[in-house]
Amino acid sequence: MTKFNIAVLVRDKAGVLNRVTSMFRRRRFNIDSLTVSETETDKYSRITVTFSGEENTKDQLVAQLYKLPDVVKIKEFKPDESVSCELLLIKMKNDAASRDDISAAATAFKAKTVNYTKDAIILKVTGESKKIDEFIKLMRDYNILEICRTGVVSLEVGGETITKE
Amino acid sequence: MKLSGSDILVKTLIEQGVDVVFGYPGGQVINIYDSLYKYQDEIQHVLTAHEQGAAHAADGYARATGRVGVVIATSGPGATNLVTGIATAYLDSVPLVAITGNVRTDQIGTDAFQEIDIAGITLPITKHNYVVDSVEELADTIREAFKIASSGRPGPVLVDIPKDIQVAKFDYVEQPKITKDAKSAASDAEIAKAAEIINEAERPFVYVGGGVLTSEATNEAIALADTIDAPIGCSFMGISAIPTDHPRYLGMQGMHGHFASSQSMHHADVIIALGARFNDRVTGNRAKFAKKSKIIHIDIDKAEIGKMGSMVNGVNGDIKLTLEKLIPLLKKTTKPEWQKQVDEFKVKEAARDDHRTTLGPKMAISTLNKYLSPNTPIATDVGQHQMWAAQYADFKTPRRFISSGGLGTMGYGMGGAIGAYFGTKEHTVLVTGDGSFGMCLNELATAVTNNVPLVILLLNNGVLGMVRQWQTLFFDKHYSNTVLDRKTDFVALTKAFGGDAARVDTVEELDKALEKAFSTNGVFLIDCAINKDEFVLPMLPPGGSMDDIIVKVGD
Ligand SMILES: Cc1ncc(C[n+]2csc(CCOP(=O)(O)OP(=O)(O)O)c2C)c(N)n1
Ligand SMILES: [Mg+2]
Repeated sequence: MTKFNIAVLVRDKAGVLNRVTSMFRRRRFNIDSLTVSETETDKYSRITVTFSGEENTKDQLVAQLYKLPDVVKIKEFKPDESVSCELLLIKMKNDAASRDDISAAATAFKAKTVNYTKDAIILKVTGESKKIDEFIKLMRDYNILEICRTGVVSLEVGGETITKE
Repeated sequence: MKLSGSDILVKTLIEQGVDVVFGYPGGQVINIYDSLYKYQDEIQHVLTAHEQGAAHAADGYARATGRVGVVIATSGPGATNLVTGIATAYLDSVPLVAITGNVRTDQIGTDAFQEIDIAGITLPITKHNYVVDSVEELADTIREAFKIASSGRPGPVLVDIPKDIQVAKFDYVEQPKITKDAKSAASDAEIAKAAEIINEAERPFVYVGGGVLTSEATNEAIALADTIDAPIGCSFMGISAIPTDHPRYLGMQGMHGHFASSQSMHHADVIIALGARFNDRVTGNRAKFAKKSKIIHIDIDKAEIGKMGSMVNGVNGDIKLTLEKLIPLLKKTTKPEWQKQVDEFKVKEAARDDHRTTLGPKMAISTLNKYLSPNTPIATDVGQHQMWAAQYADFKTPRRFISSGGLGTMGYGMGGAIGAYFGTKEHTVLVTGDGSFGMCLNELATAVTNNVPLVILLLNNGVLGMVRQWQTLFFDKHYSNTVLDRKTDFVALTKAFGGDAARVDTVEELDKALEKAFSTNGVFLIDCAINKDEFVLPMLPPGGSMDDIIVKVGD
């Protein structure tokens, strides 16, 4: 099993996300994360998909995606040729027993406190998925109230772009 | 010139070369039907008995001609009635444009009367679909739909047009017929690799799929086989791509394939697959399938090549163009030893063949063969009768076998036959079964009204024979709900619809009835008695391998 990360440039039209996810569901592709975002032009949106599987699963997924007329371009990202990050918001119960530990972990992970009340602390962490996984793992020792993470977004390093060969 | 959306739609269909559409009117397409009335001298509309029949007719038209078939239905139930037809076309890669009406744009999402999200419903069974948002986009959307339906690996496209868009006015400027996306041959590297493997083959086998029909590559496929002295077999979808009487042709292979064809493929050291999917009905147990052979898979759909994984040498391109480049790279050879082995398979097949002269499945189809012209389209429904037609019917011209393969849609036959007639204007044949015919016999009305010269050969075994066959073999003869035991008088029924018919119990009667049927300029049904215990043989049990093939059913 390999972790794959691909970006799919799609025409910015109603229902496109639905077409992509419907194909994933129908053909039983197991997706780890999926994000949709605006791009440099309003003609296109960009879907970033991460998933684990074998090489031929990835080839199949890419070939099936290319069959959707709204898909314009697909780019696979290798970890050392791209930058990736995601964002985590995590709400911890605020109590005397754990407050200091949470705060120490937050400092170590460069997490930002974005909201603080007597009941809860909301922390924001950005970075690669692995870092976020690790932070969540640490927090499991305390009282997690809620988690929300965005999923991965990626860009290729250097001057190349998804639309440029 | 400003035209209403519905006029623009019909004008665009005419512009795209559509001469006939199949459909059924209703509230949300009434404007479109008004436009069809207006332009009736330029485009014919065939009213069917049911939208499913219309979808199958558009599909049959497309299979027989290679052109895009068009079907029109109203919103709600009209649209949902198309679903089986669209799915049938999708699984067999048939170019189809389905046009549905829908409620006004401002009512969409409110569960208005007969509102249904047909674009949502058909998402996984279309190549693409559209809900038209404005009249300005309508003509171009229709053009794009034709382009997508017919380009590359063809398939169905649905265009949903809300009522207000049909009414709104906009300029219509006629445009030329769309051109399909340019086809290309596979890469030189892939072709060179394939040539290398083929040149080393000792026992090559050419396996023809439906893609050969789409790519119109019959001559190239035969030239390939001639160059390397290979036998040719085909998938169910490839039937009619190679003339049945061609000396290299061994017939269909797969679950109910010809013994010699299946055995040759099994013993081949190189299988060259042309536009064929390695469906489970073809491979049986995939792990045991063609274990000793190298597979070269030439296909226009890259995703199809990948499905078989790494055991396949993919050659991704149009079949005809790719073969044109590949064949010159091949050594012209003869392979007498391999041919001898193939001949032995043929002898074995002949020995096991059905030699009865009484009225059985093989005699029925063989007798039918005597009356076919080289261009006769033969449509079928689904079941044993379909497999018998696939095994024994003679084809001389590509695109003359009109049958639902991938979805296996009982009820396809009548619509498919009617569409094939409109596409070819040939006296058409439908081979059907008593179960399947019960699902689509309402279209007798369509065939009679439109004076379709149609011979319906109903192989009447009184049972859902194909399911019963499985029950016999794998379910201890528990004939659960497969014995029809109906009191339907098919002769009287056909006459009630305005056609003619005869019941036959012997080969002589069948012969006479066929003669009459083919000289009747209209619908003629032959209710042909077939024993309920007939089997489709050989049979590769589901999930089995070539070693498990059933050639005879023990008593
Ligand atoms: C719409 C649909 N429903 C059910 C089936 C499952 N099925 C496949 S063959 C068959 C029996 C067909 O009976 P008949 O048309 O009489 O043909 P026979 O096998 O007897 O020749 C059935 C029920 C199907 N293929 N399609
Ligand atoms: Mg039957």
